[in-house]
Amino acid sequence: MSSPFSIFRGESARVAGDLVHRRRIGAAMGKYEAARGPRQQAFRSWERARQAAAETKWSAVNRLADHLEQFEAAAVARGTKVHWCRNADEARAVMVEIIRGHGARRIVKSKVMTSEEIHLNPLLESLGFSVVESDLGEYIQQLKDEAPYHFVFPCMHLSREEISELFRERLGTEPVTDPGELTMIARRVLREKYVQADIGITGANFLVADTGMISITENEGNARLTAALPRVMISLVGIEKVVPRMADLALFLPMLATAGTGQPMTCYNTLYGGPRRPGEPDGPEEWHVILLDNGRTELLADAEQRDALHCIRCGACLNVCPVFRAIGGLSYGTTYQGPVGSVITPHLRGLQEWKHLSGASSLCGACTETCPVKIDLHHHLLHNRRNAAAERGGVERWLWKGFGAVMRRPWLYRSVLRVSRWLRPLHRVFLEGGGWDPVRAWTASRELPDLPAETFRDQWRRRQRERSPGG
Amino acid sequence: MRVTLFVPCFMDAVYPAAAMSMVRVLEELGHEVEVPEGVTCCGQPPFNSGYWDEARAMARPVLRALEGAEAVVIGSGSCGAMLKGFYGELFAGRAGEESAARELAGRVWEFSEFLVERLGVTDVGASFGRRVTFHDGCHGLRELGIRSAPRKLLGAVRGLELVEMAGGGNCCGFGGSFAVKNAAISVAMGEEKCGAALATGADVMVSNDASCLLHLRGLLDRGGRPLHTMHLAEVLVQRS
Repeated sequence: MSSPFSIFRGESARVAGDLVHRRRIGAAMGKYEAARGPRQQAFRSWERARQAAAETKWSAVNRLADHLEQFEAAAVARGTKVHWCRNADEARAVMVEIIRGHGARRIVKSKVMTSEEIHLNPLLESLGFSVVESDLGEYIQQLKDEAPYHFVFPCMHLSREEISELFRERLGTEPVTDPGELTMIARRVLREKYVQADIGITGANFLVADTGMISITENEGNARLTAALPRVMISLVGIEKVVPRMADLALFLPMLATAGTGQPMTCYNTLYGGPRRPGEPDGPEEWHVILLDNGRTELLADAEQRDALHCIRCGACLNVCPVFRAIGGLSYGTTYQGPVGSVITPHLRGLQEWKHLSGASSLCGACTETCPVKIDLHHHLLHNRRNAAAERGGVERWLWKGFGAVMRRPWLYRSVLRVSRWLRPLHRVFLEGGGWDPVRAWTASRELPDLPAETFRDQWRRRQRERSPGG
Repeated sequence: MRVTLFVPCFMDAVYPAAAMSMVRVLEELGHEVEVPEGVTCCGQPPFNSGYWDEARAMARPVLRALEGAEAVVIGSGSCGAMLKGFYGELFAGRAGEESAARELAGRVWEFSEFLVERLGVTDVGASFGRRVTFHDGCHGLRELGIRSAPRKLLGAVRGLELVEMAGGGNCCGFGGSFAVKNAAISVAMGEEKCGAALATGADVMVSNDASCLLHLRGLLDRGGRPLHTMHLAEVLVQRS
């Protein structure tokens, strides 16, 4: 089986050379930035809002256990069932137990990134359940049998024509390219599914500790239907999603909308407080909240990178990342793409297997600059590189030792330059750009710079000699 | 003032003219320039690759060589960020070395920042009748927070027309060893940058970071595209 690294290397290079992709994503992200700018200006101070959000999440995460227990107590008091799951296997087992316990057949889901994390859909399908994604983008990706491209915009890489073709193929509909008509096709299919479903599975944007509620932000209303129509609701939530107080949402809801999509507020922001109570006309009869660790406490134990748990999954770091724009979301092979994905995936799924993502960055810092909760993203990529090298340095360590040995000895450095200058014409004639070119990674697409006959230090020394009284 | 010029390895080998231009600008302003012996590379390449022991071995001689320097000036925001920001982290918890690194940080200046912020100079008497677009190196821009200084300097050059490119804050894709370890991504990013620079109709793309120019020039030359690249200091010595 191919390793995550070899898949990444192939896919990232392939997509990076795809000009249609690059233009499409560039245009979409340009629109995002244009929409976001004025929304940030609408805050009295976006910078102070970032600081306040970072401090709130800092206190939420640094007393994570207390906040989660507070959440649980308040949720249980209103009849919610709370499950604590250490890993994907436990969460999958709890899911299946609840679903089987209700004799359910049909399941509808709103956008649940944590379910991608635990590979829930393939499991449920293999057990014979029908599972339908109700978020439009997720539904399209499900029809396409492809993972979400971006954890906020799951199908942003597809054109309307491609979506129309997909619908024609999978649903037998007529070709249409009007976005409204495409949406109506999905809506007609999905409305049926809500009514038929026995179980609704949601994620959460925030776990509100003081009230024991979850907050879900969405633009389509699909999460509200997923939560309201089926008899049983299950919410699968990462433990880092906690905020201490309901009042914190006054900042986090507009911040999430601004950073995520450039909206002032997302269309629907709903707090879910528990199952239907006697006398209430609607809502699920039973509500389960599954609190998922799945590697997050490993990250919590790392004081240097703990702030990565502040993430509110707005996706802003993906949107501004020049690497993401070049290689697209699918190349990562992770649930969470882009800079934050490259930071946390090595913690969630293994450093050595996923360290290449931390390497695939120019460390430009656009992510850190944009992150609304001030995660030190690009420095954490550097920290992951350091941790990976310290754990297993390999051949590369010897290369750097050699590099250092040369650079610390100016005479040796000068000799290497002299030899390079001498070899350069031979290289140009016999090797450049070819299969045996040792610097092919550079020369395949770029000219090598010429090495002037004199280095700066040569010139400097000559100049000093000429200027000195005896010289 | 006695200015210690730290000339990064690639600038020494590939762009000696840019480094010599820095010398000329500083000397013409009446400052004495010295170049420390025995210093080549700041250690950023192994540092960025995660090999911090190897980076420390390279950084130690630099720390020693720059001990006692009044002002250290660097013609690359990237190496500047290494000396000014990352040395502190690299030597964190190492008695003596950490304090030396943190103390050095206060004496290190990126070239444009030194002229504008430390010396209070924006007009160095240059004239250059060209249309110019400016590329910010990410380390200078985001690690050191330098944006206005190079623009002030270019703004005072007679005859020079400065045009900003779209997506000016976006990375060019060099990123040191990233440029070869992830060559396809690096090239895609660089092509975007070159496209934005060409769209301005500029004659020259100027940067205060010579390392980005290494990559951008390589791309532009390969495509045979009509855009020159120059280090900021090379513009500031023009008297045409």
